[in-house]
Amino acid sequence: MSELDLKRAWSTSEALRLLRDEQRTPVAGATDVYVAANFGTLTQRRFVDIWGLDELRDISLRIDALVIGALATYADVIRSPEVAIRLPMLIDAARLVGGPQIQNRGTIGGNIANASPAGDTLPVFAAVDAVVVLRSVDGQRRVPFTSFYTGYRATVMKPDELIVAVEVPRVDGRQWFRKVGTRAAQAISKIVVAGVRGAKPRIAYGSVAPTVVRAREVERVLAERRDIDAAAAALEREISPIDDLRSTEAYRRRVSVNLLRRFWSETAGA
Amino acid sequence: MRFTLNGHVEEVDAPPAARLLDVLRVNCGLTGTKEGCGEGECGACTVLLDGAPVCSCLVPASQAEDAAVVTIEGLGDEHPLQHLFMNEVGAQCGICTPGMIMAALALGPNPTLDDVKTALAGNLCRCTGYGAIYRAVLKWKAGDMSPPSAASV
Repeated sequence: MSELDLKRAWSTSEALRLLRDEQRTPVAGATDVYVAANFGTLTQRRFVDIWGLDELRDISLRIDALVIGALATYADVIRSPEVAIRLPMLIDAARLVGGPQIQNRGTIGGNIANASPAGDTLPVFAAVDAVVVLRSVDGQRRVPFTSFYTGYRATVMKPDELIVAVEVPRVDGRQWFRKVGTRAAQAISKIVVAGVRGAKPRIAYGSVAPTVVRAREVERVLAERRDIDAAAAALEREISPIDDLRSTEAYRRRVSVNLLRRFWSETAGA
Repeated sequence: MRFTLNGHVEEVDAPPAARLLDVLRVNCGLTGTKEGCGEGECGACTVLLDGAPVCSCLVPASQAEDAAVVTIEGLGDEHPLQHLFMNEVGAQCGICTPGMIMAALALGPNPTLDDVKTALAGNLCRCTGYGAIYRAVLKWKAGDMSPPSAASV
């Protein structure tokens, strides 16, 4: 670990300068970076420590959006009355990330930036059409969450950009979240799913493709025909799960369909 | 770096990226905090950082700067929870015990069994089957220091 070059940023603007001028990678609660470091699989050596930037930790309500600062931890989310009002399924997701020790350190911005297809909060943000706010020395841009990921562990972010917040527009409809893992705590998901049952149903899956996927065809079938069997058939075409050490393609396909049916029955009458 | 360790100000010479776990065990000589998995799965290295349980194997030392760190040594040897872990046989091989106890300290008043399970969800034990651990924690929160009944052992 000592070979890691870690420099603390004392302000967001200093962090942005360090990203630009010294090509450093941001680290916050270190729950991903230090796992890789402990196992010797880190590809970078130069980091900028942004954990202390309290201005990026706020969770606030605007009329049009819930704004979650990138450094809000899972524990912050779980305790947040604003999230409880606007996006309760994010609290369900946060409770299932690791255990309390990880929830006290892992951040929403980190979960998004880490870009794992199994990231527990990612289907939530995909299902509600969240917007990722990116900042660099040159300014700020807002990227729709559903176009943030470009492939396995790949995003539209430039190396000098920092996620500063995620914005969640008002959500109409009943929210629904499920994670299937080997156990409730400390498990990486085999399948993770978030849905909203409104006039236009929305549903997103994690761990069943190289990136989190919004099941647009499923949504269209549900909205137009309200036919769950046709939607299940559409889902089979929209996901591309693989066999890996956590699960098999066949299991993931079967459970994905089961979860879709459960979403539809449990949110009926909403 | 400078931080408060078990109530005393500590000044150590460690690189900013050093793991808090190593600072505690190597620089400070407090080996009560254990390393299990080194990836935040097992909770054996749990300490309190400004009151919150964290895995010290995943905390850069520089992030503990000016913070208050409490380790198992900070409890002395007479904390009721330590005795209850012994009485209820909540400790067997002992590797998970310091982390279990530190995580349990974060529990609020009057926890249910479910609350205890949630608070300890980040701590793995491969000996006890958890029953004795949950019993020890629940008795501690209830202020019950009675010896274990034969039936519960």
